[in-house]
Amino acid sequence: MKQWFRSGTPWIWLTGGAVTISIVMVVGLLSLIAVRGLSHFWPGDVAQVEITNFRTGEVSSVMGEIVRSETITASMAREGGNPVAEDQDLVTRYLFKQGNRDQFGTDFVWHFGNTMGEVTYPKGVFVIERREWGNFYGFPVALLTDGLVTVTADHESFPTQLAVAVERAVTRANEQRQIERREVGRINTAIERIRLELRSMELQGLDESELATRRAELERQREALDAEYDVLRQQMDELQRERRRDALVMRMTDGREVTLNLSTIIAITQPNDMSLTAKFIQYFAKIGEFLSTEPREANTEGGIFPAIFGTITMVFIMSIMVTPFGILAAIYLREYAKQGPITRMIRISVYNLAGVPSIVFGVFGLGFFVYFLGGNIDRIFYEAALPSPTYGTPGLFWASLTLALLTLPVVIVSTEEGLARIPSTVRQGSLALGATKSETLWRVVVPLATPGMMTGLILAIARAAGEVAPLMLVGVVKLAPNLPIDGEFPFIHLERKIMHLGFHIFDVGFQSPNVEASRPLVYATALVLVVLIVMLNLTAISIRNRLREKYRSDSD
Amino acid sequence: MEKQTEKPTLKTHLAAPSEVNIKDLPCKLEVKNLRLSYGKDEALKGIDLVIPEKRVTAFIGPSGCGKSTLLRCFNRMNDLVDSCSITGEILLDGDNIYKPGVDVAELRRQIGMVFQKPNPFPKSIYENVAYGLRLQGVNDRRTLDEVVEQSLRGAALWDEVKDRLNDNAFGLSGGQQQRLVIARAIAIEPEVLLLDEPASALDPISTLKIEELINDLKEQYTIVIVTHNMQQAARVSDQTAFLYMGELIEYADTNTLFTTPAKKQTEDYITGRYG
Repeated sequence: MKQWFRSGTPWIWLTGGAVTISIVMVVGLLSLIAVRGLSHFWPGDVAQVEITNFRTGEVSSVMGEIVRSETITASMAREGGNPVAEDQDLVTRYLFKQGNRDQFGTDFVWHFGNTMGEVTYPKGVFVIERREWGNFYGFPVALLTDGLVTVTADHESFPTQLAVAVERAVTRANEQRQIERREVGRINTAIERIRLELRSMELQGLDESELATRRAELERQREALDAEYDVLRQQMDELQRERRRDALVMRMTDGREVTLNLSTIIAITQPNDMSLTAKFIQYFAKIGEFLSTEPREANTEGGIFPAIFGTITMVFIMSIMVTPFGILAAIYLREYAKQGPITRMIRISVYNLAGVPSIVFGVFGLGFFVYFLGGNIDRIFYEAALPSPTYGTPGLFWASLTLALLTLPVVIVSTEEGLARIPSTVRQGSLALGATKSETLWRVVVPLATPGMMTGLILAIARAAGEVAPLMLVGVVKLAPNLPIDGEFPFIHLERKIMHLGFHIFDVGFQSPNVEASRPLVYATALVLVVLIVMLNLTAISIRNRLREKYRSDSD
Repeated sequence: MEKQTEKPTLKTHLAAPSEVNIKDLPCKLEVKNLRLSYGKDEALKGIDLVIPEKRVTAFIGPSGCGKSTLLRCFNRMNDLVDSCSITGEILLDGDNIYKPGVDVAELRRQIGMVFQKPNPFPKSIYENVAYGLRLQGVNDRRTLDEVVEQSLRGAALWDEVKDRLNDNAFGLSGGQQQRLVIARAIAIEPEVLLLDEPASALDPISTLKIEELINDLKEQYTIVIVTHNMQQAARVSDQTAFLYMGELIEYADTNTLFTTPAKKQTEDYITGRYG
């Protein structure tokens, strides 16, 4: 035994065990997120079951996707009044996603296994994704136009006619959205600009006659815009009317019939009739949709594109700001500053800054950047827009700046380490050729230290992309459909509020009115966030490796 | 102290029989009562020395005797050490290089230096050699091409690297790197070349190449070499200075110093009795 200890084998087991546990935990975490997140998009079969109500004995039918099941003790079920057989210790209950929230009041419902009849998967079930109220599950009855039946579901031309009608409705919806977004947005911006011009003219205090002519000119422009808007309004109303003409009559599992206007429909699928291939296609289409569309219904439906976009934009702007700052500071500290107690103190302070809780940076960002800097910018440059703030309110720029501050120590420390690693012989070689200190620095030392700087940037990105707490104070919101970069001048809108994946997880997970519906989205969003950070890191690492190869030195 | 009273002067050494009298040669560098200390430690205790033009002068002595420190005084590399203080004069063509207002960068262009360990820059072979010229603002491709080729030929490296000038300099062997560094130094056409144990990190064959190179280079440059290796000093130098404990013990024509040393300490050192 003593021999075994002396041989060092226990150490190998101990250290190896630590590595194993770490790997198991990381892999477990990632796979949990991946499985829970990705399974959400699978078009599951719709089950139909007869349920006997254990209180009244009534038999009803429930239809929906069985999301998950859990096993509880029979005594718990008995306390709830469920007559579980005496010899049974455990009872399983199933969570049905029955949809039809507008009809049933709730779209998720639990049923005990012992009250359920045989589970069937009926053919021809429609799963309808709607713009509001969540999914609808039911059987088609007929297609209506202007309230009259055009074709019934048993007619052979029903599928094609339905497809055409849905296609038409979706196209019109997109058209309408386009007009709302582009045209109306443009007009609104123009009108706002006129308003601001008028206001700033008042503030400048031009003389009366000039003011009057300018005002008349602007009023005329505004009228033209208003007229343009009226035309658009009519166009939109027309589209709206067109969209409302088609409707679909559906029969729910309890036999009631419901008329769904086609304008509320996004897509119709029939999972019970789909082949495996079709399901896979549908699956990837859903994932694509999740990544590329905007959220709907208080973030519990739809995609997360604005959040992905916001996160990336913020990280980029942060990198652009933190890198030069951190590198210059590190160069001064390492190369120019006299290495004495003051420099040492500054260095220790910078190192400790990395340990300050991020929410503190958020508070600082709100107090200094948003209220002080932003407030002053507004007073000086955006006076006409006051009292509504432009920069004096949380936004992308302040969020990025706060994160830049947060990650500054990381960049400084890594750059300093990179500079310290460069052998003094190389510096002396350059100096001996008649280079001045700054020439040596910029031509030899800094290029050699770039891998160290990139390491700092990688760490900064990894930290910034996942940060949530300070962002809640300085610019990230629950819903910001206007992206910070768009086709409207000046294209990058640094003052806009953004969405962020980290905050989106928090919001969907804890602030959502529909817990069951949003649960899988939490996992899916978390997965996207992890993948995004890994991708940003891999990009930075590959750049660093390329630089390392370029500035390879024999001492490495 | 004994050392102070017995301080050797140039004259006493030159009184020894020699083929060439150093005093008669054209003088390139002259050291006058040079004292250097790192904080409280005095590393050079009053050196007087004349380095003749276009000849090879070797500094020998045991480790820590101050020979490298003395060499680094010639291009003011000791300025980089914070705690270093220097008194005395070094005259380059009659001008004191420690005079206030001297442009150190300009001085280092006139007095090139090669270090003990090869220290190429993390750039291509071509850019390594062109570095000094680019510093001076020369960016004309044709001029650079010409100088790079000449310098690499001058450092006997051209034939080995002419096909891979754009490769990273770290791909070269140690001996090639050291010759590259020499090429880099001579590309800016200095007047004096300081070599700080240039072959100590190299294998015998590379050492031989460097020594041959030194022989060729002395036609154009004044060379000062520090070496641990007495055979090397004997092979490459025209005159040799022996330093011990920060003092110049003996300075004479190389043949004289190695065959008939005037001082007991010198004799003990070159016969291997200490150091």
